[in-house]
Amino acid sequence: MKSFGAKRVLNDVSFQLGQGQALCLLGRSGTGKSVTLKLIMALMRPDSGEVWVDQENVVGLGEHKLSLMRKKLGYLFQDAALFDSLTLYENLALPLSRLTTKSKDEIDDVIRRVLSDVGLGADGAKYPSALSGGMKKRAGLARALVLEPKILLADEPSSGLDRITAAEIDELLMRCKTERGTALIIVTHDVHGARRVADRVAVLDKGNLVAFGSVNEVSQSENAVARRLITE
Amino acid sequence: MRWLTRLFEFVGKVGLFGLRVLVDLLRPPFEFAQLSRQLAEVGNKSLALVVVSGFALGAVMTLHTRSTLVTFGATAMIPAVQAVSFFVEIGPLVAGLLLAGRVGSGIGAVLANMRASEQIDAIESLSIDSFKFLVVPRVLACVIALPFLTLFMDFAGLLGGFLSEELSSHIAPALYLNRAFDYLQWANFVAPTLKTAVFGFIIGSVSAYFGYTTDKGAKGVGEAATNSVVVSSLLIIVADVLLIKCIFFLFPDTAI
Repeated sequence: MKSFGAKRVLNDVSFQLGQGQALCLLGRSGTGKSVTLKLIMALMRPDSGEVWVDQENVVGLGEHKLSLMRKKLGYLFQDAALFDSLTLYENLALPLSRLTTKSKDEIDDVIRRVLSDVGLGADGAKYPSALSGGMKKRAGLARALVLEPKILLADEPSSGLDRITAAEIDELLMRCKTERGTALIIVTHDVHGARRVADRVAVLDKGNLVAFGSVNEVSQSENAVARRLITE
Repeated sequence: MRWLTRLFEFVGKVGLFGLRVLVDLLRPPFEFAQLSRQLAEVGNKSLALVVVSGFALGAVMTLHTRSTLVTFGATAMIPAVQAVSFFVEIGPLVAGLLLAGRVGSGIGAVLANMRASEQIDAIESLSIDSFKFLVVPRVLACVIALPFLTLFMDFAGLLGGFLSEELSSHIAPALYLNRAFDYLQWANFVAPTLKTAVFGFIIGSVSAYFGYTTDKGAKGVGEAATNSVVVSSLLIIVADVLLIKCIFFLFPDTAI
């Protein structure tokens, strides 16, 4: 459960996801989807309840254990949240230099590979202000993947993008799942993308989990909001 | 009385924020790379503003001082008056207020923008303590840079004063400097310059507080910048009064 002042944002939301599976969180704006991701990443604390990541309850973890837990998670923010004062290369180097014992050459290799994977191999020296919206999303995805997380949290990865670029981002996410076995939890309004990527879909409405299952199961849900969201 | 409650609440929050800065200053890891970036931002990039302002202020002050001292036939005291007033009070206070505007607004706006665009959340998601990474280096940079910038302002003021006086009375540089430093004691110079470290702490902490804790999105960026300047400036003036009293207590000979 999570409230902001008098406003209850999340009520009794419970779901499970296995390794290598993809879950899309759907719902109208303001139903607590992004808050759910931030609770999983322990960027916020729930008012009550537990959040289990890789057999560990992240609520109330100490600084050191939280740091270890976050290495297993990658987060792609809605607007990529790249650090403005750092180049793309430096944005990716920051977590590698701080959280691993890799040498500079090894860091260079990892960054070169990850940037190439997301189609930004020639853009390492650019600052975020010089990147297009789609490039920023790719760069944010690269930074989220640079520590090879077990779980990738993506907050509206295709928002603000044209259909072709959105499909390319979805393709990159799918490759994380199929090639690396990364579990994906994706907040999205893009139903087409959800149909492409998701093994499971969860629908939130007014802070409650109103439907959970495969795309077909949710499209036949008793909940009208869930049916409408998945079929439009 | 609600405004009084809110005032106490604000003072408490900013106080705790400043205390956290002091505690985290002593806790590893130490962000030396960030500190050097911020020193360049705060110190290097403020130098031109401080020097030009000091020069202009020095020239203007000399003109005003001359017009008053001519009445008493005491124009020979102009260099001493200039030096003592600049080193003891004008240099430190004006440098502090200028930096509150330039640096304070910058820190407030940058951190508020980072909060609004989720960059601070991104730093936390990478298991980096965002407070130590972003706030502490900025505050420390202000504390270190301000005394040095004050020195530049003081000497720029002396230079401006000299050029202004030279145009009026054709005084020689050596004579001007002799008269300037004749009445200046170390206590007039060291203690007021070091008090600007306190001003730096105020500017850094208050500005970082408004930027780091904002929750109003893009609207909060402008508010953080404005509040940083206004509150830092007010607190610098209040702190100046208190610090002068402390200086007079520690160095009674400097009490004018």
